[in-house]
Amino acid sequence: MTYAIEGWFAVDADGVVLLGTRCAACGTVCFPPRRGSCPDPRCDGTDMEVTRLPRRGRVWSYTNAVYPPPAPYVAAQPYVPVTLAAVELDGAGIVVLGQVAGLTVDELEVGMELELTAGPLADGPLVWMWRRAPGAAS
Amino acid sequence: MSGPGSSGVVVLGTGMHPWGKQGRPFAEYGLAAARAALADAGVAWTDIQYLVGADTIRNGYPGFVAGATYAQALGWTGARIASCYAACASGAQAVDLARTRILAGLCDLALVVGADSTPKGFFAPVGGDRPDDPDWLRFRLLGATNPAYFGLYARRRMALHGSTPYDFAAVKVKNARAGALNPMARYRKTVTTEEVLASPMVADPLRLMDICATSDGGAAVVLASESYARRHAGARGLVRLAAVSTVTPTFPNTVLELPNFATDSWAAAPPPERPFRAAIAYAAYEEAGLGPEDLSLAEVYDLSTALELDWTEDVGLCPPGEAEKLLRDGATALGGRIPVNPSGGLASFGEAIPAQAVAQLCELTDQLRGRAGPRQVQGARAGLAANQGLFGHGSAMVVTR
Repeated sequence: MTYAIEGWFAVDADGVVLLGTRCAACGTVCFPPRRGSCPDPRCDGTDMEVTRLPRRGRVWSYTNAVYPPPAPYVAAQPYVPVTLAAVELDGAGIVVLGQVAGLTVDELEVGMELELTAGPLADGPLVWMWRRAPGAAS
Repeated sequence: MSGPGSSGVVVLGTGMHPWGKQGRPFAEYGLAAARAALADAGVAWTDIQYLVGADTIRNGYPGFVAGATYAQALGWTGARIASCYAACASGAQAVDLARTRILAGLCDLALVVGADSTPKGFFAPVGGDRPDDPDWLRFRLLGATNPAYFGLYARRRMALHGSTPYDFAAVKVKNARAGALNPMARYRKTVTTEEVLASPMVADPLRLMDICATSDGGAAVVLASESYARRHAGARGLVRLAAVSTVTPTFPNTVLELPNFATDSWAAAPPPERPFRAAIAYAAYEEAGLGPEDLSLAEVYDLSTALELDWTEDVGLCPPGEAEKLLRDGATALGGRIPVNPSGGLASFGEAIPAQAVAQLCELTDQLRGRAGPRQVQGARAGLAANQGLFGHGSAMVVTR
């Protein structure tokens, strides 16, 4: 499978994980992965280690795209509205945006638990996506 | 020379080209606005020492060198120029460049121009394959348009504060009523709550009439040193540019901003005292030496109806969660205690990116000069304009008289 972007997520035995960076000096995590310097201006750290971010989190907010987004997005034919969720990752203090697989806006709520998965864009390559977390109350 | 809160820079003239979708080159709108501003100020183009153009990125090379484009359109005079881009905050940065040069004593008279010509439909990223550009990637990987981010903020507001689609529709009704009275606005019809709620859903929970359009338009201001203005215009109600805030976020920014994929992490460092939007306005208040309680009116960036409610709180007109109450009480409508977007806002104009912050300044100035016609805020003495450009650009201005 081709990834729509290299180095931002991985699919392995543990499932799908987002790859961020962690500052070796102060521990600040970052997504997407960052090189060169810590995003905290009070930290001198330059060593950004790749880190696997928590796979679960709670919905900060959500929306959808009722009309097909413009290029470079490749919309499915026929078009099905894309659902988007911004999810606050457990314990990481960071909110990450992604498409949502298998849920419409009517099935989402702020605070609901989601987990990471991956799914194909309409032209084939894989991208990270959110889905309902197994075992979580909806 | 004294600092910016006391004396310094005066808005001597304003000019606009009506907003719309006329499909003409952006420079025509800018030129028309510039001529109108010069005429309003009662100065000749040949007297202008410094021209700043706010750039447009969708109109080829002339758009990236807007200062030169307008200087050439007006006729080369040898005036010094600058061009700048800061997304929706471009106009504020252009104003800031001009006023800073005046405050530094390097010139007395400056012209600031912003104009845009926009394609139909959603704003899309600039063309070409650019996987290092987050603005390109958010479309490519997620299909996340600008309205998608507005939808996220709106849904978050509903969850935090119990806002409803009726509240959002009421913002549009209010702003359309003001816009109907503004000859520069693109949309000049009043609308009903029912019409807003019956318009097509675009980015749940926001409907077509909750979201600002993309527009053509142009706006310009003539700025002058106070000493020049006094010699030139006498003591007639000078409108002072008391503050320009172009601040950036403070780490960690805990709000998901356009065009980002994620927030900063606040796990290892505490969030700042004020979220970014509030910090933009606060910096302007501090520089002007006044507070939200001193304002007669505010122009805020209603990219969506819901976002006007967020801004109303962020600029300090009420505590978080209480903007709906102000709206329902009529306080933010024309004739209310503190009118918000008396111009009609983006709801009535649509967005002409580099012109928008300049247009906000035009509205504040016209209100303080008491010539806003049927939209006049009685006895207006102080106004705030607030705005935010993607990639972390703050934009706020305070004018006083």
